Amino acid sequence: MLLKTLNFHRFKCGFAPVLRASRLFSNSPPSDVQQPSDESISGKQVKPERKSVVPSNSRFIYPEFLPDPKIEWRNSLREKLERMDMIQRRKHIDIPEFYVGSIMAVSSSNQHAPNKATRFVGICIQRLGCGLRANFTLRNVIKHVGTEMKYQLYDPTIQKIEVLRLEKRLDDELLYLRDAPNEYSTFDENMEVEYLPEGAPVPVNPEMVKLKPRPWRARWERKNMKGLADLGLEDRFYERAEELATPWEKYDLMKQYRKTIPEEEQKEIFAEVYSELHEVEVMRKKLKRKKVFIKPTKNV
Amino acid sequence: MSTIFAARQFSTSAVSNHIMKLTRLRVVDNSTIGKQAMAEGKPPRCIHVYNKKGIGTIGDKIMVAIKGEKVKAIIVGCVKEQKPNIPRFDSNNIVLIDDNGTPLGTRINVPIPIVLRTILKEKTFSKGADYTKLLAIASNYV
Repeated sequence: MLLKTLNFHRFKCGFAPVLRASRLFSNSPPSDVQQPSDESISGKQVKPERKSVVPSNSRFIYPEFLPDPKIEWRNSLREKLERMDMIQRRKHIDIPEFYVGSIMAVSSSNQHAPNKATRFVGICIQRLGCGLRANFTLRNVIKHVGTEMKYQLYDPTIQKIEVLRLEKRLDDELLYLRDAPNEYSTFDENMEVEYLPEGAPVPVNPEMVKLKPRPWRARWERKNMKGLADLGLEDRFYERAEELATPWEKYDLMKQYRKTIPEEEQKEIFAEVYSELHEVEVMRKKLKRKKVFIKPTKNV
Repeated sequence: MSTIFAARQFSTSAVSNHIMKLTRLRVVDNSTIGKQAMAEGKPPRCIHVYNKKGIGTIGDKIMVAIKGEKVKAIIVGCVKEQKPNIPRFDSNNIVLIDDNGTPLGTRINVPIPIVLRTILKEKTFSKGADYTKLLAIASNYV
């Protein structure tokens, strides 16, 4: 019943938010997205100053708080309960801001390990899922063998998630690193944390990846990846890729609407969770400041 | 218009990367037979998977054809997508063993999944083959 009313509601206001949602989900950096000024229309029920507190880039920092847009899988009650659980978990462990392309280290309890804990360092190549099912994949080359590990973000066995180098790459998924030479995904396990100045924008690493010759795990020439250097293929591959390309899809507003959560709904969700998320963030910063003091070590 | 409809008239599915009969594998220990086979560019082939599914995964025993011989081996890493917290590798790694579970080599030069410790311990019985000897020659766990 709940779902049905929700469907109806979405259908009713289907066309109004489409344009805005499409703008929101273009690949532009978060800074160009401005809060629309027509707040006054719906301003009677909700306090406008409360809403403006939520930063517009929340959907990039906390993408897993937005539900899956697939309408058959929506359930507002479950989503709400999941959000509560996620905040509870965030109060216990620090889940930092990270993006695909960031280099991370995850320490987790592992019942199979001799000392009951393991640590894995690698570059984040994929971030998927929403709610409690959110997961990310780390990749590293250990002893000349490419190794990947998938972690669930809200897994209770995770002890610590560190972001060693916070940066983005040109693409939203770096699965092509599997077909690239090993040096592109080799990272030192004892890497030090690289700090960014407070309030600085997340840097984008413009590294272009040169793949090994075919065969590949996917037809990368058809995927329109920005971070791939010249693939060095014969003309027929590019011709076929052009035949199969669907450049009109970016103008398909209905498709975009079905693929994304409308801005109004996003605002509602973040307004609900932001005060608590902010509290968690502030507490984390306080703890960090305490931790900054490093005991001097003896140098022989 | 015809190109639009001609785009996809058949379905394609992603490669599943199963380890099954006739899959080529990579020997990662330093046994002479394994080293020679890899150096010659004739990696071993799986000719049997000792489970009910016929599809091997981490910790499964298989039989491989290597340099004209039949040798048993344990899978220590797969290319296949794995569950969370279990590593996935870029190659299908095996370690050759004899009938008692003793590895033919003396050293494994690639990372080994930690789950393998539990899996192999569960597969070892007091009077059967002892697979845990494989764990002792591993140099790196992940």
